[in-house]
Amino acid sequence: MKHIISVLVENKFGSLNQVAAMFSARGFNLESISIGETEDREISRMTIVTRGDDQIISQVLKQLNRLVDTIKVIDLTRQPHVERELLLMTLKLTKTQQHEIFELINVFKGKVVDIKQKSITIEVIGSPDKINTTIDIFRVYGIKELARSGAVAIHRGE
Amino acid sequence: MHSSGKTLNGSEIFIECLRRENVDYIFGYPGGSLLKVYETLYDVKDIVHILVRHEQGATHMAEGYARATGKPGVVLVTSGPGATNTVTGIANAYMDSSPMVVFTGQVPSTLIGNDAFQEADIVGITRPITKHNFLVKDVKELAMTIRKAFYLATTGRPGPVLVDMPKDILNASCVMDWPETVEIRGFKPTLKCHINQVEKAAQKIAHAKRPLFYIGGGVISAEASEELRALAIQQNIPVTMTLQGLGAFPGNHPLSMGMLGMHGTYWANQAVNKCDLLIAVGARFDDRVTGKVDTFAPQAYKIHNDIDPTNVDKNIQVDLPVVGDAKNFLAALLDVMPGTKENRDPWLAEINAWREQCPLSYSSEDNSLRTEFVIEEVSKQTKGNAVVVTDVGQHQMWTSQFYTFLNPRSIITSGGLGTMGYGLPAAIGAAFGIKDRPVVLFCGDGGFMMNIQELVTAVHHKIPIKIFLINNSFLGMVRQWQELFHQEKYSFTDLGNSNPDFVKVAEAFGCKALMAENPDGAKEAIKEALAWNDGPILVDFRVVKKDMVFPMVPAGGSISDMLLARLNPKTMV
Ligand SMILES: Cc1ncc(C[n+]2csc(CCOP(=O)(O)OP(=O)(O)O)c2C)c(N)n1
Ligand SMILES: [Mg+2]
Repeated sequence: MKHIISVLVENKFGSLNQVAAMFSARGFNLESISIGETEDREISRMTIVTRGDDQIISQVLKQLNRLVDTIKVIDLTRQPHVERELLLMTLKLTKTQQHEIFELINVFKGKVVDIKQKSITIEVIGSPDKINTTIDIFRVYGIKELARSGAVAIHRGE
Repeated sequence: MHSSGKTLNGSEIFIECLRRENVDYIFGYPGGSLLKVYETLYDVKDIVHILVRHEQGATHMAEGYARATGKPGVVLVTSGPGATNTVTGIANAYMDSSPMVVFTGQVPSTLIGNDAFQEADIVGITRPITKHNFLVKDVKELAMTIRKAFYLATTGRPGPVLVDMPKDILNASCVMDWPETVEIRGFKPTLKCHINQVEKAAQKIAHAKRPLFYIGGGVISAEASEELRALAIQQNIPVTMTLQGLGAFPGNHPLSMGMLGMHGTYWANQAVNKCDLLIAVGARFDDRVTGKVDTFAPQAYKIHNDIDPTNVDKNIQVDLPVVGDAKNFLAALLDVMPGTKENRDPWLAEINAWREQCPLSYSSEDNSLRTEFVIEEVSKQTKGNAVVVTDVGQHQMWTSQFYTFLNPRSIITSGGLGTMGYGLPAAIGAAFGIKDRPVVLFCGDGGFMMNIQELVTAVHHKIPIKIFLINNSFLGMVRQWQELFHQEKYSFTDLGNSNPDFVKVAEAFGCKALMAENPDGAKEAIKEALAWNDGPILVDFRVVKKDMVFPMVPAGGSISDMLLARLNPKTMV
């Protein structure tokens, strides 16, 4: 099954590479990985989305812990957490479809970030599942280009 | 922080740090990016630099030294090709968990990434084969980085650590700060076992009718042999060992079952198959040990003690994991074991019946020389007291079977990676560390050629290693697989008409050399070699060509697939 893992690592040269290299060396699935600084500038947070049965996930967690630059590893999957992903997507814009497109943007609580004569660029934020649905729905209108940030996640506050 | 107060350049800091880490030998090879370090080394008397003849040799020497002494081995090589030549040795140390610190020169910081002359991204290249590695970016960080490197290499599960040092850092100066203690946020190995787990293990052990210890190299690196011996004897539990675990328990004790696994003894493998409790300590359920995992120790409740949590439940699901240091585990067990125990005599009798049914044996027809004889004879003449180093192949497996290891740190061999060419440099490294026991090397005629250049290093430093060349004119282990599983297509494994005259080769290097081709000659040659202490000595043993190692559990097979002898006996010569 899908797991979302939060990893605190030393904010330094090579940390991301260490993690990515470990996934490929051990043959673990890596669906997405995102990284950014935290409230402590010496520490970065990585959010990793991976898939595997319990035995594989337990190995993934242990192998992550084993890396010297990882400070803390938390499997958020079965804990209360918030998970978000950012989608940027450029669509073809035609007179006939314009109306429908704007309506759908509203439905998905998206935002128009750029608009040209023949194209429109929008942003949508949501869970990776919502992002998948968004992409599926918009596919019929002709997606010219898209970029996804990969999931970021955090524990729900107390 | 302890500040020396003195301003030093990077190279001086490097040497000063090694001094404080109590390094006595550096195995190294100079080059452009290290000129400053070698300039500093020129006047250093308290740390001995050993000039190898290939950087791979330096890594295996450092590992041989580390395994023989328990202290980390130190390697120093230049950037680019010097660094890439260390890759095999680093991977080997990683697989066998040997403490080692490798220092590589690097092009100046400003040129990194520019495809500069002799630039290689050695930090990137060695990331998956080091416990950790560092690129030093500021001379002020050099001392701390070196301190961390030694700490990481030797703490918890040992392993190789690499420190990449750009040329400008080695030339730059600063006041050296020597940190007395090291603190690494992300590195807190569990050394002490959880007492609840230990107590559960003790209960299981007390009540088991057919328990078996499965002992790996972790017991040796944790220096836990005494605790193991005490516990096994107190509880009357038989002990089987992995290749790296040999010597953790005395091989001549009635409770010793010898090695298990692919070329393990018949009785050890039968015991694994029939035991009701398997106590794995410092071992990792490697595929050469388990064969087919579904049929490995099928009736056993499995306890697994390992210092590295990633080893637990990796290849095999166990019933009781105990993370922690092996010495801590065994000592804690001794403390909590209840006074009563099951009667294990029927179990030991069963095992002894297997031992009698299929002992390790060989016969010499027509006065020909067999490897088994050579190794057994060396075992007798050294009274099991030698530090035994091997290369990789048939001779390695026969060493595990026919040398009786009595003490820990007595076998030095490439287990996890199976690196041909490991033996000669590892033996030299071991001999730098151990002066009061003979160091003997069993090496194949194939593998000997892979790092033969290090014979110069041994001759130059008058290292009294005994090189027992097991010359069967074949890449014997591959030949064995070809005979058994590949329709006897001996594809590129016959060295018969291309091998050099090893005696002449050795002599050209300045090494004393002998030849033996029958049992009596071999006995004499071994005697002479063991008495020779004026530098290395090589004996070219012309053994039978087509001998095979048995028993053998084919790769991925079960105990029931074990082959005990050639199906169609044929000549071995
Ligand atoms: C560097 C390297 N290359 C290839 C192999 C594959 N291999 C394993 S054993 C072996 C044969 C070794 O022959 P030799 O050194 O003569 O020893 P023997 O088996 O004859 O005792 C080979 C080629 C290896 N282990 N290491
Ligand atoms: Mg051979």
